[in-house]
Amino acid sequence: MSVVTVQLGQCGNQIGYEVFDTMCRDLHNTQGFCSKRENEIYQASCKEHFFNEDKSEVPVARALLIDMEPKVISQTLLKAAHSGRWKYGQHSHFCQRQGSGNNWAYGYSVHGPKHEESIMNLIQREVEEYDSLSGFSIIMSMAGGTGSGLGAFLTQNLRDAYPNSFIMNQVIWPYGTGEVIVQNYNSVLTLSHLYRSSDALLVHENDVVHKICAKLMNIKQISFRDVNQVIAHQLGSVFQPTYSSEDSFQYRRNPLGGFKDPALYTSWLQPSDAFCEWRTHRAFNKYEKSAALVSNSQFLLKPLDTIVGKAWNMFASKAYVHQYTKFGIEEEDFLDSFTVLEQIVASYCNL
Amino acid sequence: MAQSVVVQVGQCGNQIGCCFWDLALREHASVNKKGIYDDALKNFFRNVDTRGTGISKGRICSLKARAVLIDMEEGVVNEILQGPLKDVFDSKQLITNVSGSGNNWAVGYKVFGSHYRDQIVEKLRQTAEHCDCLQCFFLIHSMGGGTGSGLGTFILNVLEDEFPEVYRFVTSVFPSGEDDVITSPYNSVLAMKELNEHADCVLPIENESLFDIVSKINQMINSGKPGTTVKQQSLVTLNEGGIKKKLDEKPFDKMNNIVANLLLNLTSSSRFEGSLNMDLNEISMNLVPFPQLHYLVSSLTPLYTLADVNIPPRRLDQMFSDAFSKDYQLIQADPKHSLYLACALLVRGNVQISDIRRNIERLKSSLHFVSWNQEGWKTSLCSVPPVGHSHSLLALANNTCVKPTFMELKNRFLRLYKKKACVFDITSFMERNLSVRSLLKFLSFLVCQAALWESLAHLHHYLQVDRMEDSCFTEAVSSLSSLIEKYNELDVTKGLPIHEQVRLNIVI
Repeated sequence: MSVVTVQLGQCGNQIGYEVFDTMCRDLHNTQGFCSKRENEIYQASCKEHFFNEDKSEVPVARALLIDMEPKVISQTLLKAAHSGRWKYGQHSHFCQRQGSGNNWAYGYSVHGPKHEESIMNLIQREVEEYDSLSGFSIIMSMAGGTGSGLGAFLTQNLRDAYPNSFIMNQVIWPYGTGEVIVQNYNSVLTLSHLYRSSDALLVHENDVVHKICAKLMNIKQISFRDVNQVIAHQLGSVFQPTYSSEDSFQYRRNPLGGFKDPALYTSWLQPSDAFCEWRTHRAFNKYEKSAALVSNSQFLLKPLDTIVGKAWNMFASKAYVHQYTKFGIEEEDFLDSFTVLEQIVASYCNL
Repeated sequence: MAQSVVVQVGQCGNQIGCCFWDLALREHASVNKKGIYDDALKNFFRNVDTRGTGISKGRICSLKARAVLIDMEEGVVNEILQGPLKDVFDSKQLITNVSGSGNNWAVGYKVFGSHYRDQIVEKLRQTAEHCDCLQCFFLIHSMGGGTGSGLGTFILNVLEDEFPEVYRFVTSVFPSGEDDVITSPYNSVLAMKELNEHADCVLPIENESLFDIVSKINQMINSGKPGTTVKQQSLVTLNEGGIKKKLDEKPFDKMNNIVANLLLNLTSSSRFEGSLNMDLNEISMNLVPFPQLHYLVSSLTPLYTLADVNIPPRRLDQMFSDAFSKDYQLIQADPKHSLYLACALLVRGNVQISDIRRNIERLKSSLHFVSWNQEGWKTSLCSVPPVGHSHSLLALANNTCVKPTFMELKNRFLRLYKKKACVFDITSFMERNLSVRSLLKFLSFLVCQAALWESLAHLHHYLQVDRMEDSCFTEAVSSLSSLIEKYNELDVTKGLPIHEQVRLNIVI
């Protein structure tokens, strides 16, 4: 079963590249801290989920690169090709000439409908290559215009087109002190829309990752590359093939299947049911032992509450709203989004 | 990749424009070693073969600037066409006249505007047709004269009418108090109404600031202190000869180069790659919270790089501090003591996100941000530094500090425009005895009358132009007043305690 990764916008594409690069490096690691046979089974499983084989025997990432301006996609394709270890498919990208200008409304209401057909066709062609589709992993940021706006639009479309597939969004939470001034608006609009169509949102906070780089990894001059590599490592370990609890000698066929487990999402749990453990015997990325924790908890309550608060403050003064109404996102749409998010905050609070 | 077109109007506009094209070529030459016509070049240049047909890929054959040059005198444009850049422009991109606009906005706007409208539209369309995705027009002009000010703002209207989807960035050189053109306040205020209503974003520039920067550099170079030799290429005032130098004039070339560098840095992240790109449409999106408040204060740093490699390079953090110092600004204003609505940092070269974050944390406590945008910073990282530097920073601020500049402009306008009523009862003067006091009163009456006549004479030059009326003046000053009022409303909130807005209450 395969996972189709959709890389959206500058952030999505830069991170997506690091994810596949990390997985490829891990694949080729002979040091699995396990038996040779184990290693081979692991490698086969991993490859099956995330890479295609083509005539040249260089693994081809099962990914689609989408951006509204060409610079980042060109760079990403080039870097992958130069690595020699893996590459992207020749026809697996879609880009335009002019970006979304950090404007969620532009990404959602202009680029979305305009390129819907082309993008959905691209996705369909990719999906048709596989015997079975496990689901989609969409990598996008919340702060900008393409990842956030087009990302929300696309997720909705995917939900409609593939109602039985699992859709997971890797959402990059921006730094608190602006990368983008209207990031709080873009984030509120994105989250409220994703909430309705996505199955799971896996959140990566730039501030947190930055701290990891600084404090745990002692990097002095942290670049976006460093941040992206940490996120990629986290994602890679989450998507590692794991043993399912029923059959301890077979890797799970569906790497995303575990997330469907209702025990992860209900708010009343027996402690023994609440924690779901997946094991793999093969080490990831040369670490002898590693653990990846994915949790659904109140951890995100504070960041979410902060973003909603700041966005609301700005909205009260109507600052920047004209930039959105220009492209069809009206004040009522903002209010709807705020309402959805306040409900989520309240729900988490009540746990 | 999207393209931009430069529209340079009037003497000042064309001189700055010329410096821009010279520096743009130099920048691309230093990055583009293989001579391939790449996407970065495509932004501002076409590639044509010997017959003038466009070539979209492959080796560079002949580069042509995406520019339209307009002047109602021939002098400056002719000089450009005879200088080293003559092959970068072609005759189809020019509109010139011989008579000039007489430093009269009305002549530039109403007379030349209507006369040349069709030609202007045609040239713009031709230039636009050579672009596969036109994103932005850069208009360069001055506010104090007649052509740049009048015809320039007329063209701004045309750009909005004919290309409504394309951004309009305006670089406007504002006149100083000692400007030798007496009617510059009229021209500027009349032009400002157009900027208020039709520009997406304005970068105001003041000659005094440019002059100060040039002096500062000269002082540094001539100080004779050891280790102060600069890398010539890195000077922000460098000109390699786009226009023939005139020795008896002010150092305008050096000043113009500063503005040219501003435009290069503004567009660097949309031309070259980086880890956090910033396209031109993002500037407006992030820095213009309300449509009318689109005036941005710019500052550029560093001004030069030292040549001596043994001297340790200035700390990176110093570059960020300098960007918030008045010495590096392109207008005379005080943003630190006014209110920031938004701020953007466009960084080029060997700088990482942690450097930016560290400096934002460090600087923000000394700056006042508006209550609804306490963390209003927009950042961009472009990997390619400017020529001669390892890194650079352009800071753009939407700040209420522009208000005093506009108020001063309005005052100069009103001093010229207000008709003082001088009442003097001449009959009673004749009947009474001549006293010193009454003599003085009579003299002041004459002076008053003279001023009145002078002011009326200036006004007459405007009002005699077809379709130019008193209401143009009153509407213009009214537009400026309302803009100043908007800044006032924001200023009063400065320093007030910030109240968190009451959030929506959800019942589950």
